Amino acid sequence: MLHTFVALVQDKPGVLTRVASLFRRLNINIISLTVGHSERSDVSRMTIVAEAVPGSGHRIKASLFKLENVLDVDDIGQLSCVTRELALIKVAATPHTRAPIFQLAEIFRARIVDLAPESLMLEITGAASKIEGLIQVLNEGENEILEISRTGRMVMRRGQHTSRVLEAMRLSSPEEEPVIPVTATAGEVSLEVISGDPNHPL
Amino acid sequence: MTDKPAIPQASQPTRLTGAEIVWATLAGEGVREVFGYPGGAILPIYDALRKYPIRHILVRHEQGAAHAADGYARASGKVGVAIGTSGPGATNLVTGIATAMMDSVPLVCITGQISSKLLGTDAFQEVDITGITLPITKHNYVVTRSQDIAKVLREAFMIASSGRPGPVLVDITKDAQQGMADFDFEAAMPQPHRPHPMLSAEHDAICEAIKLILEAKRPIILAGHGILESGAMDQVRTLAERLHIPVASTLLGISAFPASHDLSLGMMGMHGEAWVNQAIQQSDLLIACGMRFDDRVTGVLASYAPNAKKIHIEIDPSEINKNVKVDIALIGDLREILETILPLIAPRKDATWIRAVNALKGDAAVRDIKNLPDLGHLYAAHVIHDLWRATEGKAIVVTDVGQHQMWEAQYYKHDSPRTLITSGGLGTMGFALPAAIGAKFACPEKEVWVIAGDGGFQMTAAELSTIMQEKLNINIAVINNGFLGMVRQWQEFMYDSNYACSPILSPDFVKLADAHGIPGATVRTRAEVLPAVQAARGTDKPFLINFMVEKEDAVYPMIAPGSALDEMIRRPANGHNPLLETSEEP
Repeated sequence: MLHTFVALVQDKPGVLTRVASLFRRLNINIISLTVGHSERSDVSRMTIVAEAVPGSGHRIKASLFKLENVLDVDDIGQLSCVTRELALIKVAATPHTRAPIFQLAEIFRARIVDLAPESLMLEITGAASKIEGLIQVLNEGENEILEISRTGRMVMRRGQHTSRVLEAMRLSSPEEEPVIPVTATAGEVSLEVISGDPNHPL
Repeated sequence: MTDKPAIPQASQPTRLTGAEIVWATLAGEGVREVFGYPGGAILPIYDALRKYPIRHILVRHEQGAAHAADGYARASGKVGVAIGTSGPGATNLVTGIATAMMDSVPLVCITGQISSKLLGTDAFQEVDITGITLPITKHNYVVTRSQDIAKVLREAFMIASSGRPGPVLVDITKDAQQGMADFDFEAAMPQPHRPHPMLSAEHDAICEAIKLILEAKRPIILAGHGILESGAMDQVRTLAERLHIPVASTLLGISAFPASHDLSLGMMGMHGEAWVNQAIQQSDLLIACGMRFDDRVTGVLASYAPNAKKIHIEIDPSEINKNVKVDIALIGDLREILETILPLIAPRKDATWIRAVNALKGDAAVRDIKNLPDLGHLYAAHVIHDLWRATEGKAIVVTDVGQHQMWEAQYYKHDSPRTLITSGGLGTMGFALPAAIGAKFACPEKEVWVIAGDGGFQMTAAELSTIMQEKLNINIAVINNGFLGMVRQWQEFMYDSNYACSPILSPDFVKLADAHGIPGATVRTRAEVLPAVQAARGTDKPFLINFMVEKEDAVYPMIAPGSALDEMIRRPANGHNPLLETSEEP
């Protein structure tokens, strides 16, 4: 079964290796691992999705905690959360064959981010199943997929839950301002309506 | 020591080289002895040593440095320090680091590294030692700036000795050793260790545990290494005595509970005495204290202690439910948890269970040692038994790995903590001799005995010269059977007696000792054992005894891999002149 962990780690060289090496040692395959800045400048946030037997979550979490650079671990399990993944998909398309792809993009709420005489690029954000849905439909159509790049899953728990560890760090060092990296411009932010199944906004 | 050492006291920065900062920090951490071997990339550190009140013990191979630091740590409970140069010096430490990792021993290993500008260029004697040791250290560091050395080293000491202890490696580039930086020992104090968010010994769980303990009719305490690490010897003893609970030890738990105590059962597991394993299988509650249900302890898991509830008191959350599913996990420091539990438990007089266990002992009875045939041959079990009697069980015994190690665990009765030093988890042959050097430095006033097989002894025999150079009084018992004995035993039991590559030719160990200026004797009969041991004890110099023992003897009982804990291979009964063996004088 798939296990999803959110790990807050020190932003230092070699930390990614330590985390990845732990999964290697446990002989567990990592399905996806995304790393980026968190709300603190010296803390990175990882979302790790791994295929492991049911019941192994506790041990993986405890083993992650044994790494000195790991500050907090959340075993997402079945908790209510928002899961997102971004994919760029390059499709072979001439001006004559573009129209059906435009339609698909609209249905899947994907965006055309590059248009060339021989190809176009789609950007899609959503749960993995939504991305896989678009890929499947594209594969069934006339146009050949040239390239796919996926970020892997990112997860955040719903509601007021937040890391107790970071909370404590924040309290212990009040002089340090949390840095929130701004990566999206206002025009790109879109609020999605939460449907019945939060991970399937389609 | 001509220059005045920069002793770290007042919180006033001093301008020092990185190399000097290394020693000043070690001195500040209370280090008196380090074990190491110099080389190009660590020469600045060696050059600065003369200014500081720290003794360096030159080993003959860096593996010896790591084992010696390990032996020092196990005997003293303090952090052991090993030093090596870059490249081969660093890789030679690896076996010793892995040994310490598996047995949760606090070590700080310092390696030299080529200059930071050359990192990653395959420069002479460059090796990615932090990459290599990543899975076998608790944590490791590369330090490329002089100003980071003090902070990193202090953090390394804290990590090595806190929580579940373990080895930490600090790789320091040559330019960081040579550069100058302000040194302020107090300012380099590490942040207190983050509290482990998964530690939990909550009120409800403790109440539940107490309920199970009080309800149990046939409880057993499983005593592990964690008792020694946590310093919970008195608490475990109080718990056992208050409720008449028998105590079984893991290999590394030996000496945590006095072997001569009425409630002590002895070692459990693959080569544990029969009654210990039978008692565990019959018990209705296991109270596991600082142990990890290793495969050598449980036998096949499906049939392990089938009727027993399990309480696991352990500081490492990743050990909970790893091998054996437990009913209650109390995660935290063993001593603290027991100190919470003990006031809530009233004494109980009922000794029915301990009588039943003692009856099992009577059944298993004729202890295996009694069935040894008396053919005029010498048996390792007798050697160790006699050694125990001669030293009154008070020596620090450092063993290697194999048959002699199991006989030691069975026949040497350890009453005081930290008196058995042995490589358990990794099972590192060659451990004993260098580890004994460290143990002797940790406890110079104590009698130290090495017990090693003829195979393992040859792996690190070069450390005999270290013993002489440092003028150490360490006695050595080589249990010589001409085989890699445990390998031969497995080949006999499981590979149809095909002794593939297990016969081993050895030099004349007494002559080898003599070449180092160490006196020695060869012993071939039981009658010669005690005189030789007394001769060794009678000098203040090292002494080597070469015990020529029965070649094809086996360690009994034995649980074959894949068998249940109570399915033991027992020593075949021998009708002729059993050697009656008791703890009384022969």
